[in-house]
Amino acid sequence: MLYREAGQFKTSYAADQQIFPIRQDRIGIAIVLVLAFVAVPLFAKFVPDTGQYLLSAIFIPFLIFSLAALGLNILTGYAGQLSLGTAAFMAVGAFAAYNFVLRVPGIPLLVAFIAAGLCAAAVGILFGLPSLRIKGFYLAVATLAAQFFVVWTLVRFPWFSNHSSSGVITAQKMVILGYEFDSPIEKYMLTLAIVAIMAVAVKNMVRGTVGRAWMAVRDMDVAAEVIGIRLMYTKLLAFAVSSFYCGVAGALYAYAYLGTVEPEAFTLDLSFRILFMIIIGGVGSVLGSFLGAAFIVVLPIVLNVFVHGLNGLLQSTVQWSLPGSITSNLELIVFGGLIIFFLIVEPHGLARLWQIGKEKLRLWPFPH
Amino acid sequence: MAFFIETLIGGLLSGVMYALVALGFVLIYKASGVFNFAQGALVFFAAATFVGLLETGLPFWLAIVATLAAMVVVGLATERFVLRPLVNQPQITLFMVTIGLTFFLEGLTQMIWGSQPRALDIGIEDVPVEWLIERFNISVSRFDVFAASVALVLFAVLAVFFQKTRIGRALRAVADDHQAAMSIGIPLQQIWGIVWAAAGFVALVAGIMWGARNGVQFALTFTALKALPVLILGGFESIPGAILGGLIIGAIEKLAEVYVGPMFGGGIESWVAYIVALMFLLVRPEGLFGEKHIDRV
Repeated sequence: MLYREAGQFKTSYAADQQIFPIRQDRIGIAIVLVLAFVAVPLFAKFVPDTGQYLLSAIFIPFLIFSLAALGLNILTGYAGQLSLGTAAFMAVGAFAAYNFVLRVPGIPLLVAFIAAGLCAAAVGILFGLPSLRIKGFYLAVATLAAQFFVVWTLVRFPWFSNHSSSGVITAQKMVILGYEFDSPIEKYMLTLAIVAIMAVAVKNMVRGTVGRAWMAVRDMDVAAEVIGIRLMYTKLLAFAVSSFYCGVAGALYAYAYLGTVEPEAFTLDLSFRILFMIIIGGVGSVLGSFLGAAFIVVLPIVLNVFVHGLNGLLQSTVQWSLPGSITSNLELIVFGGLIIFFLIVEPHGLARLWQIGKEKLRLWPFPH
Repeated sequence: MAFFIETLIGGLLSGVMYALVALGFVLIYKASGVFNFAQGALVFFAAATFVGLLETGLPFWLAIVATLAAMVVVGLATERFVLRPLVNQPQITLFMVTIGLTFFLEGLTQMIWGSQPRALDIGIEDVPVEWLIERFNISVSRFDVFAASVALVLFAVLAVFFQKTRIGRALRAVADDHQAAMSIGIPLQQIWGIVWAAAGFVALVAGIMWGARNGVQFALTFTALKALPVLILGGFESIPGAILGGLIIGAIEKLAEVYVGPMFGGGIESWVAYIVALMFLLVRPEGLFGEKHIDRV
């Protein structure tokens, strides 16, 4: 009932092929965008304390990780090339943006971000070259080479961090057309705008020729080649676009989220976290990237609150609380356990749950 | 020249240690197609449990038996509660679930045994073998030689187990073709349980060796990362590949560290193994002994 597309007739090819062909989807997206662009900033403005905390601890990292997850989803979910080097591409983006702003006088910030993305794309193509020969887990392990090599390079050559003694870079102020993006609200709006534009771009890409070629390669590359898809071009394009997204995400990670960042922040752990996001959110789904990012960003915070609450309860009832070593490890255990649980219960991710929900809503409230 | 040979031998011996960890991966991948990232965490768990039991005053052999029992329990539990519900899922899902398992095991180990690093003394000193110095003027650590011999014994035991016993034959049949193995009445889940237990046993040996070398600490889980280039070099499905790959990676890593490292200011061992393995894959995409895949449309 709520989600029935009956009666929505399409009278032209253009109408049939639009990004959101169903009216309810369009309304839903509009609501989400209004909430994100208007309601959240307004909330942060009028409830400054909680609002600012929410923005800088949850919303901004959520958006940035969504972007990185989108990037990985292009490569792994759509083109079928498993990668464990996401953090490396983010690192390239972050350090490239820093160096562009530092060394090119008067470069506009957004141009620097795009250039940083392009640098990441170049590195991505370089490490994507083996994908022409090797597949599956061999490729996944090969992408680890990118992970270790990039971080090592950034640490070893101090030029990249402008000879800072500790290797830490401090992101410059974000100034666009003379306007400085400084407060959490401004940073959030900038991040949101970039992420929204890039998400629509992916959505557009994956329904077109490029996306279909990626999916054909993912499903069976030999068959794709036989029907005339150029494997080299398609795979490398996937690596390039994916790394571009990760690179921009990395730049935002440094500029809008952390402010100061060192190469060691982009560890294998970060790559795994982003991989978790797309697995839990849904492989090969734009929506899934966002859902997964939300889940992985919010989960540690919820766990933390939960453990603290448990401690408080124990403290007040039996005058005893869990020692610190147990609480920190408990988080690890619960995190690992939840991931296992989640994969067992819904291996296709949160996006699949949403799909099931839509099917149900189509008939609701008259299931027969 | 003596220095070169010394470095080479040192590299080969540490390569055997890599092969020990890689072996655990191969066992599980061969039999169930699961790329078990948790092998490093298993190594850590085994080493920490072993040291913890020793500290409670248990004699050496009893501690080994008890730890082995714990590893078997962990292996069987993993098969029952993690992998069995995920039968027929894509490989990437199985891979991810083992990463979740890694977190779980790491947390569990540190929760039970604490997170402070501990020394493990198995009575073999890390001193050069004397007669090698006298005869050839080459310094080779006695501990490395011991570790390598233990590894060789383990490889031999596994080879006999796989080639000569009934269970070993069943394991090879399952590795070869799940469906065919099931159709002649080999109980698949039982076999997977055995494989995970065997991987736990290998992890125990690796854990004791690595733990005695570097101390029992969280960093033991990173042995998995050392084993990955070995795996892709040797091929995921091949035990000889794991051994030979380990030797090659160990030797190249040491030699590169000594002869190439100074050119870049050191620290290259974090990636040199990966780059070497990558170069090699460009020539042979299945590794040394991996199964050649024939694509059909």
